[in-house]
Amino acid sequence: MVSGADRELTEAAYSPEPEIRKPLLLLRSMFADLMASRELAWRLIVRDIKARYRQAFLGFVWAFLPPVATTLVFVFLNRNGIISVGDTDIPYPAFVMIGTLLWQLFADSLTAPLTMITGSKSMLTRINFPREALILAGIGQTLFDFTVRLLLFAAVVAYFRLSLPLTALLAPLGILAIIGLGLMIGILITPLGVLYTDISRSLPILTGFWMLLTPVVYPPANEGVLGFLARYNPISPLIVTTRAWLTSGASDYLAPFLLVAVLTLVLLMLGWLIFRISLPHLISRIGT
Amino acid sequence: MSSQILISASDVSKKFCRSLKRSLWYGLQDIAGDFCGLNRDWLRLRNSEFLATDRVSFEVRRGECLGLIGRNGAGKTTLLKMINGLIKPDGGRISVRGRVAALIALGAGFNPILSGRENIYINGSILGLSKREIDEKIEEIIDFSEIREFIDAPVQTYSSGMSVRLGFSIATALDPDVLLLDEVLAVGDQSFRSKCFNVIGELKKRAAIIFVSHNMGQISLACDRVIYLASGATRFLGDCGEGLQRYQDDLACESTPETNKSVNFNHPVSDATFYLSNSEVPYGGVVRARVEVVVEEPMPDVHVRYVIADDRGVGFADWSSKRLGFKVELERGRNEISLGLGPLCLRPGRYWLSVTFQDETGLHNNIWTERLHELKVTGCVVGGYLYQLDDSGFELVHHEP
Repeated sequence: MVSGADRELTEAAYSPEPEIRKPLLLLRSMFADLMASRELAWRLIVRDIKARYRQAFLGFVWAFLPPVATTLVFVFLNRNGIISVGDTDIPYPAFVMIGTLLWQLFADSLTAPLTMITGSKSMLTRINFPREALILAGIGQTLFDFTVRLLLFAAVVAYFRLSLPLTALLAPLGILAIIGLGLMIGILITPLGVLYTDISRSLPILTGFWMLLTPVVYPPANEGVLGFLARYNPISPLIVTTRAWLTSGASDYLAPFLLVAVLTLVLLMLGWLIFRISLPHLISRIGT
Repeated sequence: MSSQILISASDVSKKFCRSLKRSLWYGLQDIAGDFCGLNRDWLRLRNSEFLATDRVSFEVRRGECLGLIGRNGAGKTTLLKMINGLIKPDGGRISVRGRVAALIALGAGFNPILSGRENIYINGSILGLSKREIDEKIEEIIDFSEIREFIDAPVQTYSSGMSVRLGFSIATALDPDVLLLDEVLAVGDQSFRSKCFNVIGELKKRAAIIFVSHNMGQISLACDRVIYLASGATRFLGDCGEGLQRYQDDLACESTPETNKSVNFNHPVSDATFYLSNSEVPYGGVVRARVEVVVEEPMPDVHVRYVIADDRGVGFADWSSKRLGFKVELERGRNEISLGLGPLCLRPGRYWLSVTFQDETGLHNNIWTERLHELKVTGCVVGGYLYQLDDSGFELVHHEP
């Protein structure tokens, strides 16, 4: 145990100067905090998952229910001719299930940052800790839920006797890209969302609507409004490609996939920077 | 080593906004400004903004404890939050060296569903302890909290005192260079509080401490120096005793006079007028109270009673003619009674004097008053306070028909 007096003393200085004026220092402290936050992030993930399942009689079933419900709804609608989605490479229930799993991953990643930050308000306004831990914990929980839901994927593969193509090995990249895109948008809206509750209120509506504009429960179209959306909706190439990798092999949307992935990486850094800079201001505005 | 400055603040200022809508909007502007690295006049007050902290400067060295005092809203917590790096100052500069522990909210991040043991790990991580450090200290933490038998029960079954115990115990495992204490000792029972004080005394040997409390006894016990804030600005910085005195004097003056004075009298009293020689009296001094009373018929044996009480209605002195063996007789017409009250060996502060007249049965009030005169006791007291319960000052000056 190093006693206080012998320890190398780190110095922290606080002044109104924007931190961005010293970009190197800022970047270094961002990465240092990211490294320092891993252990805390792990604790928070374990805390939230334990707490979530300890008070629930149905436990892990709650992770399965949303994608199962969505799948059942669309299979029912499609089978009774209320909607018609056209032909899919694999049986429609499997198609919807995989799409829904991937969409849910995106939606969870998108809402995680804001949910974590607003849920930790009392901690943020009282204790100084590496805040990156909250974001990491959000990703961790999302990944945990997704991993649990992979059982559904396994069940679908087994039931419909789908054979996994070799490209399935690329799927983790697709999953990473989906999480990245969700996280990027989630982080970018966080400063605004902490200040104004309009954001968190509109999120469920917007993501619900967005899902219908994305080829999740239907295959991507080439023409018309849907074709346009399939091309310019950033999440479309990610979901379509990842699903193709998991089921049929090659995807026609590889180029847009790569473009979105690179843009995501760049904007994610930007989002992190904004998050860092805005936090002291957010904390002083949300008070107590 | 003892001369090492661990906390230094120079000209630190912080603005807040009274209107929430504007506050949020300004927040957005500030974020945008900071992101673009714009140079702006950070201290310029926009509409409905005010300075919550106004050019505060001080230094705290290792082994020193600085008391932070002031009324609610004086900017104490804001200052602590800036030192802790939670919020940015709008002016000036703060520099903090070493590991900082802020005991501002005990048990932050506790999850009510999880057990005390699990929460020790979570809260410890939040405070910056590694798993290894917690593993080493967990037994010590549980022992200190004195709640070993409940440590595996969910925290939601704990009483608020137990949560605070656990929270403080975790925080004491920190071994900080800089310790910020915000009113944490206001909770918990007496024995635990004194235990906490011992820990703080231990930590003080190797840390710089800033201690916020409204309990002047705790401040004078723990602190070497105090900084006294009033509406965000430093009113006093220096010796503890002197600072506390300044604060208490100001409290006595500033407190808004409550004028729910009431005077009532009934038959046979037809009029009563009250006078007090002076409304301010030095510690140990005497005031003279005079009553002019007009009665419609003679009252052979009146029981006159003067009571001095503080703002909360706690009585400190009580003079009674009957107990002293004086017989006060009122004749038809105008009577005047004058009394010397004192010596008033009362703790400096604001008091209220009231008077009652009772008839010979002692069951019936002929005159009764509440908060009749405001009385301020001034001065400085060395040592303890004496409560005046002495009747020697009762003096019937004259009594004429």
